[in-house]
Amino acid sequence: MAMSYLGRRLIQAAFVLWLAATLAFVAMKLTPGDPAQALLVASGATYEEIAERRARLGLDDPLLLQYMRYLLDLLRGNLGESWLHGRPVGRVVLEQLPPTAILATAATVVGVCLGLLLGVVAALRRSTWLDKAATTVAVLGLSTPTYWSGLVVILLFSLRLGWLPATGEGDLRHLVLPASVLGFALSGSVARLVRACVIEVMEESFVLAARARGLPAWRVIFVHVLRSALAPVSAVVALQFGFLLGGAVVTESVFARRGLGKLVVEAIMWRDLPVVQGVVVFGALVYTVVNLVADLVQAWLDPRLRENLT
Amino acid sequence: MIEWASPARRPLLRQPVALVALAWLVLVALGSGMASLLAPAGPLAADAARGLSPPDPDRPLGTDSLGRDVLTRLLWGGRWTLGMGLVALTVAVGLGLPVGLAAATFGGWVEIALMRLVDALLAFPGLLLAMAVVALLGPGMGSVALAVGLVAAPAYARLARSVALEVRVQPYVDAARAVGCTEWRVLTRHILPNAAAPLIVFATTQLGWVLLNGAALNFLGLGARPGAPEWGIMLAEGRGYLRDGPWASASPGLALTLTVLAANLLGDGLQEALRPR
Repeated sequence: MAMSYLGRRLIQAAFVLWLAATLAFVAMKLTPGDPAQALLVASGATYEEIAERRARLGLDDPLLLQYMRYLLDLLRGNLGESWLHGRPVGRVVLEQLPPTAILATAATVVGVCLGLLLGVVAALRRSTWLDKAATTVAVLGLSTPTYWSGLVVILLFSLRLGWLPATGEGDLRHLVLPASVLGFALSGSVARLVRACVIEVMEESFVLAARARGLPAWRVIFVHVLRSALAPVSAVVALQFGFLLGGAVVTESVFARRGLGKLVVEAIMWRDLPVVQGVVVFGALVYTVVNLVADLVQAWLDPRLRENLT
Repeated sequence: MIEWASPARRPLLRQPVALVALAWLVLVALGSGMASLLAPAGPLAADAARGLSPPDPDRPLGTDSLGRDVLTRLLWGGRWTLGMGLVALTVAVGLGLPVGLAAATFGGWVEIALMRLVDALLAFPGLLLAMAVVALLGPGMGSVALAVGLVAAPAYARLARSVALEVRVQPYVDAARAVGCTEWRVLTRHILPNAAAPLIVFATTQLGWVLLNGAALNFLGLGARPGAPEWGIMLAEGRGYLRDGPWASASPGLALTLTVLAANLLGDGLQEALRPR
C-alpha cells in the first residue's frame, strides 16, 4: 500500500515537472531573439557569423528535435549557457544558491517558531484580547511587504540603535535582520493554520482523555496537541516554500545580499533569458521535491491520507 | 486557503474591522481617483531647494530627495498601484474562472488537461514565475500587471473548479436539468450564483497578493520607469535616504501595507458574512 502511494506520488511529481519544463521551453521559443543573436549582435558580428552560430547551437533544427535535446540536457542537469556570463547556467545558479538557501532556512526557523507561538497562544486563549492580538500580528505578517518592513528594521536597528549591520553578508549578525523580516512574513500563514488546528485538536477525545487522566496542561499541549498539529504545519511550510524563494529574492535586494535574487534581477535587466529560465526551472524542481517529501512525511505520519488519495 | 472552520455567520455590517477595511479601500480609491483635484501640481513637480524637508502643515508627509511632495505622489501613485492591482485581478479572474468552470462542467479529458496545466503552473514559485513573465515581455508597468495576474490565475482556476464541482451535485442543479435547462443556463443561472461567495472571498484575498507582488516587482525596478509615482518605486527611491528622510519611504510603505491589510481583512470579513449555512 505504502509503496503504491509512493510510486503514484513520484509519477505525479515527475509529470508536473515535465509539463513545467515544457512550458518554460515554449515560452522561450515564443520570445523574439535567440542566443546566437544575443551573444553576437553586441560584438558587431556579421550576418554570416550569426547564421553559423545558429547552426552550431542547433537552432536551425526542427523544433521537436530541439525540444528533445532540451529535455535530455535538463535530465543531465544542463540548463544551457548564460548569454551575459558565457558560462553554464547551472554553475552560475549553484554559485548563487548558498546565500539564498541560508536566508530561506533561517527565515523558516523564525517563521515556524513565531507562527507556532502566535497560533498556540491564540487558540488556547480563544476569543480573548490575547487571541485578537496574536491574530492581528499574524495578519500583519501576511500583509506587510518585506521590502518595507526591511527598511523599517534597518532604520531602527542599524541606523538609529547601531545594533546590527544594515547590509551585506558575512557572519550571523548580518543574517538576523533579513531572516527576521522574511520569517515574520511567513509566520502569518503558519499562525493561522496552527490556531485552527489546535482549536480542532483540543476537542478530540484523546485530548479529553489525557486531561481526564490528570496530565498537566503544558504536557497535554506539547505532547498531544502540538504533535497532531505538526503534520499540517509541515505541509503549509512546504507549500509556503515557493513564497519563501520569491520572498528571499526581494529580501536580498533590500539588504544588498548576494544570491539568486541579485542574479535573476540582473538577468531580467540584461534579458539573459537562459539564466531566468534556469532559476525558474530550478525553483520549480526544488519546490516540487519539497512538497513531495512533505506529502510523503505526512502520509507516513498519518496513514489515513494514503487511502484518501487513491 | 479558505477555512470554513467556525459555523457562525455574521453580516458585514456587524463586523467593525471589515467595515474599517472597506472604508480604507474606498478612501484610497477615491483619493487616487481625485488626485488631479486634490493635488493639482502633479506628482512630478519638484522643488530642488526643498529636498527631503520633514513634514510640516504645508506638506503633511514631507518631500522626497528631489523636493517632490510625498502626499501628492502618494495620491497619484495610488492610480498606478491600485490600477495595476485591478488589471492583474481582472486577468486572474478572467482566465482562472472560465478554466475552472470548464474543467468542472466538461469533465473527462478537458478537465484532466486543464487541471494538469494548472498544476504545472502552480509548481513554479509565484514571484519567480512573475519575474520570468516580465523577462519575456520586457520590463514595464503593463508587463507587471499581466505577469502578476497570470501567476494568480491558476490558483483561482483550481478554486473555481472545486467550488463548481461541489455545487453541481446539489439537488437544485439536478432539478434544473430535469426541467430541460441547457448546460449553459445551468452554469450561469444555477451554478455560478451559488458558487459566488467563495469566489468573491478568494478574489478579495488575491487583491492583497497581487498588490504585494506587483509592487515588489516595481520595487525591484522591473515595472514602471524610475521616477513614476508608483508606491513600490517610491519605496525603492526612498531607501537611499533612510537616515535623512525616512518619511519618503515610510509613507508609501505604510500606504501599501494598510491597503494589503485592508484587502486581507475584508476577505476575512466577507468569508464570515457569505459562509454557506
